[in-house]
Amino acid sequence: MTAHLKQDKPDTRNLLDKMRQGVIGKPLSRPDGPAKVSGTAPYTADHAVENCLEGVLVTATIVRGEVADIDAQSVLTMPGVVAVIDDERLTARAAQGGADEAPEQPARKVGYFGQPIALVVAESFEEARDAAKQLKVDYRADDLSDIPLDPVQTDPEPQDDGTRQGDLAHAMTSAAHSVDLTYRTEGHASAAMEPHAAIAEWDGKRLTVHASLQMLNHNIIELADALDVKEEDIRLISRYVGGGFGSKLGISEETVAACVAAMELGRPVRVVMSRQQVFQCIMRRSETKQRLRLAADGDGKLIGFGHEARVSNLPGEDFAEPVLQSSEFLYAAENRLLQLEVARIHRMTAGSVRAPGEAVGMPALEAAMDVLAEKAGIDPVELRLRNIPDKHPSEGLPFSSHKLAECLKQGAEAFGWDSGPRKPRQRREGEWWIGTGMASAARVHNIEEAKARVTLKADGTALVETDMTDIGTGTYSILGQIAGEMLGLPVEKVLVELGDTRLPRGSGSGGSWGAASVGSAVFVACNRLRERLAGKVGIAADDLVLKDGTAGNDLRLTDLLDGEDLCEEGHYEPGEIEDDYTAAGFGAFFAQVRVNRFTGETRVDRMLGAFGFGRVLNEKTARSQCLGGITWSIGAALTESLLFDPVDGHLVNCDLAEYHVPVHRDIPDVEVIMVEERDPAASPIQAKGIGELGMCGGAGAIANAIYDACGARLFEFPMTPDRVLSALPE
Amino acid sequence: MTQMTVNDRPVRFDMDPQTPLLWALRDAANLTGSKYGCGVGDCGACMVLVDGEALRSCLITLAEAEGRFITTIEGLSEDRSHPVQQAMVAEQAIQCGFCTPGIVMAAAALIQRNPDPSEADVREAVPNLCRCGVYPRLVRAIQRAGRVARRRERISAAPAPGIDMEDAARAVPALRADSAE
Repeated sequence: MTAHLKQDKPDTRNLLDKMRQGVIGKPLSRPDGPAKVSGTAPYTADHAVENCLEGVLVTATIVRGEVADIDAQSVLTMPGVVAVIDDERLTARAAQGGADEAPEQPARKVGYFGQPIALVVAESFEEARDAAKQLKVDYRADDLSDIPLDPVQTDPEPQDDGTRQGDLAHAMTSAAHSVDLTYRTEGHASAAMEPHAAIAEWDGKRLTVHASLQMLNHNIIELADALDVKEEDIRLISRYVGGGFGSKLGISEETVAACVAAMELGRPVRVVMSRQQVFQCIMRRSETKQRLRLAADGDGKLIGFGHEARVSNLPGEDFAEPVLQSSEFLYAAENRLLQLEVARIHRMTAGSVRAPGEAVGMPALEAAMDVLAEKAGIDPVELRLRNIPDKHPSEGLPFSSHKLAECLKQGAEAFGWDSGPRKPRQRREGEWWIGTGMASAARVHNIEEAKARVTLKADGTALVETDMTDIGTGTYSILGQIAGEMLGLPVEKVLVELGDTRLPRGSGSGGSWGAASVGSAVFVACNRLRERLAGKVGIAADDLVLKDGTAGNDLRLTDLLDGEDLCEEGHYEPGEIEDDYTAAGFGAFFAQVRVNRFTGETRVDRMLGAFGFGRVLNEKTARSQCLGGITWSIGAALTESLLFDPVDGHLVNCDLAEYHVPVHRDIPDVEVIMVEERDPAASPIQAKGIGELGMCGGAGAIANAIYDACGARLFEFPMTPDRVLSALPE
Repeated sequence: MTQMTVNDRPVRFDMDPQTPLLWALRDAANLTGSKYGCGVGDCGACMVLVDGEALRSCLITLAEAEGRFITTIEGLSEDRSHPVQQAMVAEQAIQCGFCTPGIVMAAAALIQRNPDPSEADVREAVPNLCRCGVYPRLVRAIQRAGRVARRRERISAAPAPGIDMEDAARAVPALRADSAE
């Protein structure tokens, strides 16, 4: 049976807090931990499939044009080679998150250097890779001089109408204090540790596909469309995903290619992207150029707020890095101008990388706020406190909850923030200047439709089933805790099955919406189960107390069920509530850095984040998400940067040696404060997302700390030693 | 054929001796706990113990591994009872888990030679990349594992998987499997 909730108003019943099991929110270890530390958790490429062929993608060596001819015969005589697949259904790009349609086809049409164009299939991986490298391909290539490659030199198009209120130019000239600054951020890669991979099996009618994906509920639609196969004839499985960070939101090239090959050859086919291919063929975060105009009165109240950003993407892609997403509501001002524009260029596809938008928009905004604070002579924390709006500045909607002020205050206190007058270069240890900086954090709250089935079994255990994924975020943990809390079972009695499209459609993992969305579906199912149990006991559901497998006093659940399983499918949908509230997670970052006066190297000594994101479902996994976000903040601030060849737009640093993700020695002790709250408008479990908030502004805190340490104001991220050195005052 | 000892068993690989050890382990021996993350020694997801040293198995050829004692994550302990495995679970130094086997092997090698590592020792000995960002938890976890190895502390965060009496009888001769009937 199905229980449905379309949320049109805040859920103030706060049912989870009325339960007695006491597992919700607790710092429980993840149930998938033991499998992961023993190497037995099966990731996609680990599955042993009988008679499996290996496929290796062939990638384009031109920027734009068409494949004129693929000389399959040039490799078919090589040892072990079985086929060269260049089917019309092969995809040229990965799908954007939630696209629900096939990505760009056919792969023969080339739009960027390094695009997959064909698949070579052989008995062994080594044979396939060798043949893929030898394959002779003729192209009809467009002249390089006709192809726009540089986002700076390409005329952009506006992404939308933008936001315009009052007269920003006038506010700038009449303000007591103002800043007009331009920032640049470079592209980022998700660089999940597990490369994209798929194993496809075709039995003549049905496809079974192991793949490393974040959103099976969307991916099955995209795959069906790409292959022209019915959804009901496809089974997608993704029980363990080695990190996603946006890169596995949409169906990607290797999965479609493995399916096409398996269908054509009648044998299972495995395709694992090389690390270089993951860099080249999967989404990049767009580079950005951002202009910040901030105007404040004598008290530091903002009267003007301008944030304009230019990003880039391939022609035909709807996605534009939503740089201004949180700028829309973070600070109040009467005169506002926000505008996003997109340059159409032929670099690899731009798409979602952890915290699309805020990851780069917030650091620039928060760096500019620091300059304004200095000009106005106001403490940076105080400047933010003075500009928190009481409702959405342009839409006028109330906030569902708002913890920015608490996060700023609690964070400052825990960090030991000195609110006295600030001046750079006040502290030195040997070669190192030492300084502190802070920034606000904000990230929109997203929530999606989701379904999950919960079965309360006659033996007193529960089974939670959904095609939702756990990409390292802790889905296995929190769904067990929600069901355990609602049904009065210790988490050891709850089995969570995920990542299989034979199960009810979840929300997918993306945009930090997974926990709140699919958690709400589990909640809805459990709530109905409680009603049915209450009916059996003969009391109202509100009076039913479930704990440790009993329904009050000596009544055991197993006796109450009397051999019968109870099963409910929970279906959650966000309703009109989305039009009534502005919902977001808020927070504050504090950082202490040291900058080497001779080399310009920056090291983060310590960092603290305070975050308010509704109910904490599991204190351990939530903290992990915050720590991970802060780690990404440090990468975005100091090291991460995609670099493109100016001649043909190919990605130059397409491996982990040249694209610098933070390493163990880069990350100091990080402190996380969770400012707990209940947000009844965000979801019926009063929770919001936390996967991305930890990197929405953190790089700005580091930029501000660098200035405080050594007096170098930087306007480019990442703040590499060469950039710091050239910005150091004499 | 290249001969070596893998997880205490003699193994002969009928493969090109230039094959990276990682692929021999994964594709021929079905020991898929060691992961391919980059293939060129950047990430450490493929780390195994070679004569007790944590090395990146993607950078070692089968020929170079000849005659060596190889331990993979599957061979570290039969019941995930190794102090590092227990501490990683207890300290939540795991997220997506893909880099975890390599980190466990690097940490196990460290604890073997220095069961009381300083923070600097841990950061030096565990260069593995983790994109989820478990780093701040690794130092704590690995130092805790050291305490367990020194018998200063006990953890049972990751209980042994489904032990039946037959398994137990194999491990503990005093037990008789048939006594469970």
